[in-house]
Amino acid sequence: MTDLLTAKFKVDFSEFNLDVELNLPAKGVTVVFGPSGSGKTTLLRCLAGLERAPAGYLKLAGQVWQDEGIFLPIQKRKIGLVFQEARLFPHLNIEENLLYGYQRTIPAERNLHLDEVLPLLDLKALLKRNPEKLSGGERQRVAIGRALLTSPKLLLMDEPLASLDMQRKAEIIPFIKRIEDQFKTPIIYVTHSMNEVLQLVDTMVILKSGKVANWGPVEQVFSDVRSRDAVGEGQLGAVLETSVAEHDAEFGLTRLDFMGQALNVPKQNIPVGQNLRVHIHSKDVSLSTAPPAGATSVLNILQARVGKIGILDPEGYSVDIELDAGRPILATITRKSLANLNLKPGQPVYAHIKAIKMVHELEG
Amino acid sequence: MDFSMIDAEPILLSLQLAGVTVVILLTLGTPIAWWLAQTRSRLRVVVEALVALPLVLPPTVLGFYLLILLGPNGWVGGPVQAITGSVLSFSFAGLVFASTLYSLPFVVQPLHSTFESIGKIPMETAQSLGASRLDAFFSVIAPLARRGYLTAVVLGFAHTLGEFGVVLMVGGNIPGKTKVISIEIYDRVEVLEYTQAHVLSLGLLVFSFLVLVMVYAVNRRLPVQVI
Repeated sequence: MTDLLTAKFKVDFSEFNLDVELNLPAKGVTVVFGPSGSGKTTLLRCLAGLERAPAGYLKLAGQVWQDEGIFLPIQKRKIGLVFQEARLFPHLNIEENLLYGYQRTIPAERNLHLDEVLPLLDLKALLKRNPEKLSGGERQRVAIGRALLTSPKLLLMDEPLASLDMQRKAEIIPFIKRIEDQFKTPIIYVTHSMNEVLQLVDTMVILKSGKVANWGPVEQVFSDVRSRDAVGEGQLGAVLETSVAEHDAEFGLTRLDFMGQALNVPKQNIPVGQNLRVHIHSKDVSLSTAPPAGATSVLNILQARVGKIGILDPEGYSVDIELDAGRPILATITRKSLANLNLKPGQPVYAHIKAIKMVHELEG
Repeated sequence: MDFSMIDAEPILLSLQLAGVTVVILLTLGTPIAWWLAQTRSRLRVVVEALVALPLVLPPTVLGFYLLILLGPNGWVGGPVQAITGSVLSFSFAGLVFASTLYSLPFVVQPLHSTFESIGKIPMETAQSLGASRLDAFFSVIAPLARRGYLTAVVLGFAHTLGEFGVVLMVGGNIPGKTKVISIEIYDRVEVLEYTQAHVLSLGLLVFSFLVLVMVYAVNRRLPVQVI
């Protein structure tokens, strides 16, 4: 296995500890999520080589960056770093900023060039301008471009959109997605805002007080009965990758294909065949053990099997239930319903889905 | 006013001394200031105090110890004499040595505060883009620190021009070798040649004022900020 990131860090600060062990796919977008103080930034600094965790271990794609007696300094690590602030050099114009790292990359190792990065990030018009003349969103695009032009083996982003307003965020996200699609640069993205990244994330790492609370493919982590605390009430539920199957102009609907089953959503302005990521809140999923006998207004009914059943809190009324519908889905039902239906792991059920949201429409 | 009676030699010597001293101070002061701005070592306060000492010590105290240090039997003067065959005290080289120490705070302090205000981020950023520390220093830190450097150069130069006590102690008063402007002024006053003293004093005063005005004016127009 070469395309793997293996990391082990233990940092003891007086007021804060980080103790993580990670085995991540070194491809796609990995989001490290957690509240402030959970150790996200420290983890990122350890990965970057800005912080040296004693007895730490880091290996990327077969190359050891840190081990006993080995500590590759940051300038040798082939990483791109993007922070909340763009950190452009004020004494250089945009073109010089972009080329700073490119010029310091061995020509044989340059996989990305200015003529590829400029259109990707829409930077052509900015080249001769000075950083202070740019908007926050433009600066951040320059920072991303500058990092990319070092042809990094790993792109580390620490809350890169946190200082931007909603509109600017929405502008930048497609650019980040394109990086991943076009250049296959693995990205580790640190954030405390889940919605920001739901369109991007492939692998999710949830940090809590310096420890990994849960991690795995995004659809698994989101539909895990243990994720309620970490993910938050607002987003708890399934994140599903679907593709647009057909548009139904008569009823204003778009039919999505999900693992061979159909999901209907309000008509989307997206061509047939294209992928679309949707989110189903666990509260919008109800269950029945028999197929709906009569008519129902619910359009989307998926066949699934009961998976893990969450902890029954005697104080609470509801319980989270994992479902296997080819991909995991999470349902939150009342404890009373659970007793009435007498659900057991492995049992086939029908999941009635009352609402589906496109991930980019999520709020909060 | 008749300028022919003014001896140009002390003026040229002063300029030469100040120029050489500033060059040495920049080379020496940059790593010291950088270290002070970066380190978390406890030695920092000690080094800071040592650098600032010339600000508070009477020049005669500094001059006295330098005289001993640079003399034929001193820790510095002895070996130098053994190697080069010439005595360091009462020589131009000795003056440069003394001026370097004496003007050190005027170069280190502005650089130190500039490096501190620049912070760690530009260095980290440059390194993350593949620059070595030295490369990052010259391509990013130094340009960002330009106003600190301007202040350091001007203050170091002007202060070296204006020194008197240390020069007199270490260099004596040898025409063409160690007799700089400030000492020339003293000599003229001693022999009651007030006109010549006036010309030199006024010249030094106007020069110092003008360069300081320049520093403050330029600093106003060159704000340092990292975006």
